[in-house]
Amino acid sequence: MTAMQIIFLITAIVSLFAAFRVVTTPNMVHAALWLIVTLFGVAILYALLSASFLAVAQVVVYIGAIAILMMFVVMLTRREMRDRGPQTGRQWPWAALISLLTFGGLAWMLEAVGLPNAPAGAVPESSIADLGRALVSPNGFVIPFEVASVLLLAALIGAVYIAWTRRNA
Amino acid sequence: MIPLNWYLMLAAALFALGLFGVLSRKNAVAILMGVELMLNAVNVNLLAFWRYRAPTEPTGTVFAVIVFAVAAAEVAVGLALFIAVYRRFNSVVADDIDLLKW
Amino acid sequence: MGILSQPVGVIAAWLRGLFLGWGLSEGLTTVLLYLIGALVVATVAQVWVIFLIWFERKIIGRFQSRLGPNRVGPYGLLQPFADVIKIITKEVIIPDGADRPVYLLGPIIMDAGVLAIWAVLPLIPMMGMDLNVAALYTIAVGAFATLGILMSGWASNNKFALVSAFRTVAQMVSYEVPTVLSLLIPVLLAGTMSLEGIVKAQHVWFVVLAPLAFLIYLVSSIAEIGRTPFDLLEAESEIVAGFHIEYSGMVFAIFYVGDFLHAYTIGVLSAVLFLGGWRGPGAEAFPLLGFVYLWIKAFAVYFVVVWARGTLPRVRIDQMMNFSWKFLTPLALILLVVAVVVDQFVGGWGVWGRALGHLAANVVVGWLTLLYLNHYDKVRASRRRMVAQPGQYPVARPPVVETSTEAAS
Repeated sequence: MTAMQIIFLITAIVSLFAAFRVVTTPNMVHAALWLIVTLFGVAILYALLSASFLAVAQVVVYIGAIAILMMFVVMLTRREMRDRGPQTGRQWPWAALISLLTFGGLAWMLEAVGLPNAPAGAVPESSIADLGRALVSPNGFVIPFEVASVLLLAALIGAVYIAWTRRNA
Repeated sequence: MIPLNWYLMLAAALFALGLFGVLSRKNAVAILMGVELMLNAVNVNLLAFWRYRAPTEPTGTVFAVIVFAVAAAEVAVGLALFIAVYRRFNSVVADDIDLLKW
Repeated sequence: MGILSQPVGVIAAWLRGLFLGWGLSEGLTTVLLYLIGALVVATVAQVWVIFLIWFERKIIGRFQSRLGPNRVGPYGLLQPFADVIKIITKEVIIPDGADRPVYLLGPIIMDAGVLAIWAVLPLIPMMGMDLNVAALYTIAVGAFATLGILMSGWASNNKFALVSAFRTVAQMVSYEVPTVLSLLIPVLLAGTMSLEGIVKAQHVWFVVLAPLAFLIYLVSSIAEIGRTPFDLLEAESEIVAGFHIEYSGMVFAIFYVGDFLHAYTIGVLSAVLFLGGWRGPGAEAFPLLGFVYLWIKAFAVYFVVVWARGTLPRVRIDQMMNFSWKFLTPLALILLVVAVVVDQFVGGWGVWGRALGHLAANVVVGWLTLLYLNHYDKVRASRRRMVAQPGQYPVARPPVVETSTEAAS
């Protein structure tokens, strides 16, 4: 049991517990806060995988923007949800069953397939620069990158249009 | 070292929890949170495979970056929709939003 | 390896020898050294706030033709200590209906987010974590300050605090965009995201190469930490005290410390990114001298922040949003593109040639911006039919009433 393994196990337990609370807690703001804990745990996992750029990007994008916006919307729409009693629908036993089956199937599959125990070599020093070049190189991923940019632009325009308050409507 | 299996198991558990959230929750924002959990599980998988299989290729990280972009776009539109729906119905409960047109 | 050339290295080596002499294992010693380093940086940073509070009160006092604190100790220097003693003897009140764990976690997370920035600051040469994504990291942990404010605003169970939390989210999410975009320009010029690398690349200070980016960074940082003129989240005349309305005693003090420390941290970050960090005559040989240079530069930026606070009135919320989305963000995007293109041409002109090329590009962009703003102002004035009298706010006039002021305007 090395120090890395201990860090991994602590992170895993905390993020899984937090994820469990995200889907079970009746208080929606608490759910958003637990979601932040989970996302932070995932960022630590990225750091353990030596993907430092993605670990920091995870904190910027997910915690700095996505989770905070979710809390914002939860607060804006909170009046209704406070008096509604249980937060899960009638179908929750079926949902639990399907989730358990999914996890069981995945775990069984992972056990059946032989997987490496150690990483294949070290991450090159220039991995962040490589990522940047790959995103804009014509031989790399320039088309997915541009499509993602267009998607973001479309989302931006769509979000503004949908949430627009029509003054005289 | 940490076996690859641990990461994948964790990602599977995270995915299953997210799936449970999506299927069982009534509040639409909570459903979106479940989707986020599932996307994160996918990203953990992508990066774990990148690290253990091909750390010299940028492919895995590129995929993760694009998942980030998709997640951000989805949340922006989704939350805008919920705000618009909340203005109309005074509710963000997924069961209440059952009209195709209003 | 003398104490003057490598102060941190010498002390760390001495401590390591001490711990190993006690029979501790190698790994545990490393962990202990990191913990001690974190403790020292966090404590020094927070104790430094005591001086900052005195400085700010004194300066603001002078701006307002007052004396500022002058009773306790020489020049009132001991006033913050008296305040500290007062504040820690106060009761910590948790309001009825508050969400207790979230309420108490809010200030801690805010302060921790600010302190986490200090982990990567290159205070002196060859010290601090040289993280290869440090520039982005400073933005990332800044999100925790927002989160802390949001949490305490919600958990206080108070409508003013909740309004403040909403404003915080709107303001900080908006101003994060120009901050990141202007931060990218020094990263681009240095070719690295490591703060140590950015300092080393500044043979000419980046403020010369990118003055407009420096201004955008400073303004949007002031907005991000929620200081006057962007202190809408604690506007006394509108929402009493904002997110910390219910806090008292030590938990309030944590907010207070976090706020001042964040302002000073912005000063240090601006100095590192744009003002050459620890660079200065003799800093390579004597790192402590570099620390003094950095501290002076950071203090100069901090003085500007205090100056803005003492001089400018609070902006309205629509002005605040417009300023970010309609002015700072497009300008930062244009500057980024201009910096990329210009650097392709002037990259090979030597240190000063490159600096002058970038400076010229910045001057052109700044001049065009001013021209555009002038034009925009005229167009808007003719379109909106607003009348601005000297000494009054511009008031939109009802269209029916025709008075003699229109002919005058």
